[in-house]
Amino acid sequence: MLEVRDVAKSFGGFQAVGGVNLTVAPGSISAIIGPNGAGKTTLFNLITGHLRPDTGRVVFKGRDVTGIAPHDLCRLGMGRSFQRTNIFPRLTVFENVQAAYVSHRGRGWNLFAPVARIYRAETEAILHAVGLLDRAGEESGFLSHGGQKQLELGIALALEPEILLLDEPTAGMSAAETRESIALIERLAHERRLTLLFTEHDMEVVFSISQRITVLHQGRVIADGVPDEVRRDPQVRRVYLGDKHA
Amino acid sequence: MPDPSFVFAQCLSGLTAAMFLFLIASGLSLIFGVLRVLNFAHGTFYMLGAYTTFQIVQWLGTGPGTFWLAALGAAAAVALLGAVVERFLFRHLYGKEELYQLLFTYALVLVLSDVAKIFWGTQQKSVSRPAGLTGSFSLFGATIPYYNLFILLLGPAIALAFWFVLQRTRTGRFIRAAALDRETLGALGVNVNALYTGVFVLASFLGGLGGALVTPVRTIVPGMDTEIIVEAFVVVVIGGLGSFWGTFLGSLIYGQVLSFGILFFPRFSIFSVFALMAAVLVIRPWGLLGRPLK
Amino acid sequence: MTFLRRIPWGWLIFIAAFFVPALGSRYYTFLANDVVIWALFATSLNLLVGYTGLVSFGHAAYFGIGAYTTGILMKKAGVTFLLAFPAAGVVAALFAAVFGFFCVRLTRIYFAMLTLACAQIVWAICFKWNEVTGGEQGMPEIPYPSFDWVESVAAWVPGVGGYRTSEYFYFLSLVLVAAALWMLRRITRSPFGRMLTTIRENPERAEFIGVNVRRYELAAFVLAGAFAGLAGGLFGIFNRGVFPDFAYWTKSSEVLIMTLLGGMGTFAGPSVGALVLLWLNQQIVSYTQYWPLILGSILVLLLFVFPGGIAGAVEGLWRWTRRRAHA
Repeated sequence: MLEVRDVAKSFGGFQAVGGVNLTVAPGSISAIIGPNGAGKTTLFNLITGHLRPDTGRVVFKGRDVTGIAPHDLCRLGMGRSFQRTNIFPRLTVFENVQAAYVSHRGRGWNLFAPVARIYRAETEAILHAVGLLDRAGEESGFLSHGGQKQLELGIALALEPEILLLDEPTAGMSAAETRESIALIERLAHERRLTLLFTEHDMEVVFSISQRITVLHQGRVIADGVPDEVRRDPQVRRVYLGDKHA
Repeated sequence: MPDPSFVFAQCLSGLTAAMFLFLIASGLSLIFGVLRVLNFAHGTFYMLGAYTTFQIVQWLGTGPGTFWLAALGAAAAVALLGAVVERFLFRHLYGKEELYQLLFTYALVLVLSDVAKIFWGTQQKSVSRPAGLTGSFSLFGATIPYYNLFILLLGPAIALAFWFVLQRTRTGRFIRAAALDRETLGALGVNVNALYTGVFVLASFLGGLGGALVTPVRTIVPGMDTEIIVEAFVVVVIGGLGSFWGTFLGSLIYGQVLSFGILFFPRFSIFSVFALMAAVLVIRPWGLLGRPLK
Repeated sequence: MTFLRRIPWGWLIFIAAFFVPALGSRYYTFLANDVVIWALFATSLNLLVGYTGLVSFGHAAYFGIGAYTTGILMKKAGVTFLLAFPAAGVVAALFAAVFGFFCVRLTRIYFAMLTLACAQIVWAICFKWNEVTGGEQGMPEIPYPSFDWVESVAAWVPGVGGYRTSEYFYFLSLVLVAAALWMLRRITRSPFGRMLTTIRENPERAEFIGVNVRRYELAAFVLAGAFAGLAGGLFGIFNRGVFPDFAYWTKSSEVLIMTLLGGMGTFAGPSVGALVLLWLNQQIVSYTQYWPLILGSILVLLLFVFPGGIAGAVEGLWRWTRRRAHA
């Protein structure tokens, strides 16, 4: 589904990501973990076209997509959510998700049809799935942090992605919110047969839902495998997990 | 090919214009660099500097030294006005959208230029050259007024003094730091509010001084504010918003392009400076010597 | 109070506006015509500033280009208004496409600067190209379109004819502007309009729902330019002359102020702004010559007290009364 080959990126002499290889199988749930500053978000931005790698290739569905623009990647079926909540704050909850449909299905260049009437059912279905249907008419900027995260997920789903990249989907959430949100993500991924790649700081979450875990440290992959292998990996325990998860 | 002495005279007149522009544009650039605001009212400060000089000369008469007193007095008065505007009004717009800041400075243009009309009417005003600099001399066949020579020397002197303040003094370091990264400045324990006021006052002083010194060579008329501000914009955009030497370079380029433009393509001289500005924005939006904004 | 929202305000105002020449004086017809044209100009700018989040400081360029296009075609080439008017929109759109191509590559303050530079280029050309634009002196005496056909219709249908040419031109402006505003209204409510608001709200996120941000911004720029051009085309005739200051940067600020005064967040805001500002101007210039002073003070008040403009203030009042009604 997604393959990252030897991707590297430096910012003014500082190597943020150095030669990373990564393979994501279709239908799998994979996680990228690593301490702060390990290069997780940079790697995400390299995959999703926000940044252009200095070297290396990103291959998506057998096609070289290195450095192509985010809006084109989105068309090809790659969706993402952001670490810092990233919605359209002065639009209503409904309009946020509907806009994603309009854009994704190529209706954005229609200058004369009333937008209010299109994709109502689809949008409502998504809002129902992420639990925001009863707040559809509210201005999205007024939602709680957790609500905005749910909305982001809704926007991402409306783009009908085959793979979904989630950057810290539970950042800033309470323990209860995290559990709920992860349950939701897992359910949706299963229902919609999505491939998931996510970064996460909550180790419990990571080890409970991922089938494959990649550990980044100082821009390099130090371990890659199924959760049990990673858990036992001595290097990972030394630099990252400490003895807490031993 | 035109007469070489004429080319030389043209070049000098471009240089003189550049020095005036530099005085005005450096303040504009300073405000943008530190406060991140394009101050449309800066041209109005320049105009007020000119009118105030005229007024003080009227009061004091044309004795020796009165022009210099008037010029300094006018610049100081404009600086004071700058302090009031920054402290009581401008400060409240720092967190707001750029559009609001731009329009506020435009509101100042409207209000202050009308206030100037109330005081001085719409008749042209002029100030005679200061005693001791009234004559002119000849060089390579070109006639150069002493006053222009004085401006040609004063411009670089002010640039050097300004540069010295920025490079060598504590305040200068803070100003440069503020232009680079505003967030860390507060964390360093700098009184950011006082710094902003100081920068605004200094910039207004330079604008007022520019207006004061221009009075012996240009007539003072309503509308000189909106005209000069556009020229100053062109200068700072070409040189790089917020860049000190960029502004100097921008002034030189502007002066030469305009004065030789008039010589060779009189019809397109104004066009060419705006086209140059647009070209710089397209190729290097942050200007020739500027740095891209984060 | 929800019944207030059901009233088709647009139609009511449009119909009421037809009675201005019959009921009001020549002076009111003049004022109404001015307002109608500026309403279109300000609304076209709002498509950029209010809907797409692009602050243009050079929108007067396209107004000026439209005015010169219609003016030159009608005065010098003797082209009929039926062709010269749409030409204003087309030529302004072409210029907007060329300038906009470069402008949308820049962001925020640099975008504003480049739009300003482009407008000054247009101004400089209009100011100096004497043969075509009349240079500094401008181009006075743009002819009115011919209304002879109305008179010939009036011979058969009672109650239609008998107006002055300037009044016929007012009716014509009214119909054309209403049609243009209707189109703009449709555009802002279309899927395309929704895409523009996503760009205003969050361009980075818009990219990632598949919006090609630059291309949409350029489209908005061209559309806004085209409608500003149409407004300019009408204004040159209304003003009985076209002058270089139509494209000067202070004109761009005036129309921005109008938009802000009315309220950028709403569709009708800029039109309300045009009405209030022009009416105030007419009232105040009869008392004092210091209109800019008053305008500047209004602007300061607006920025500090009512940043949402008139529409924003009304909406605030509306919410407040509803809350009181619920309590």
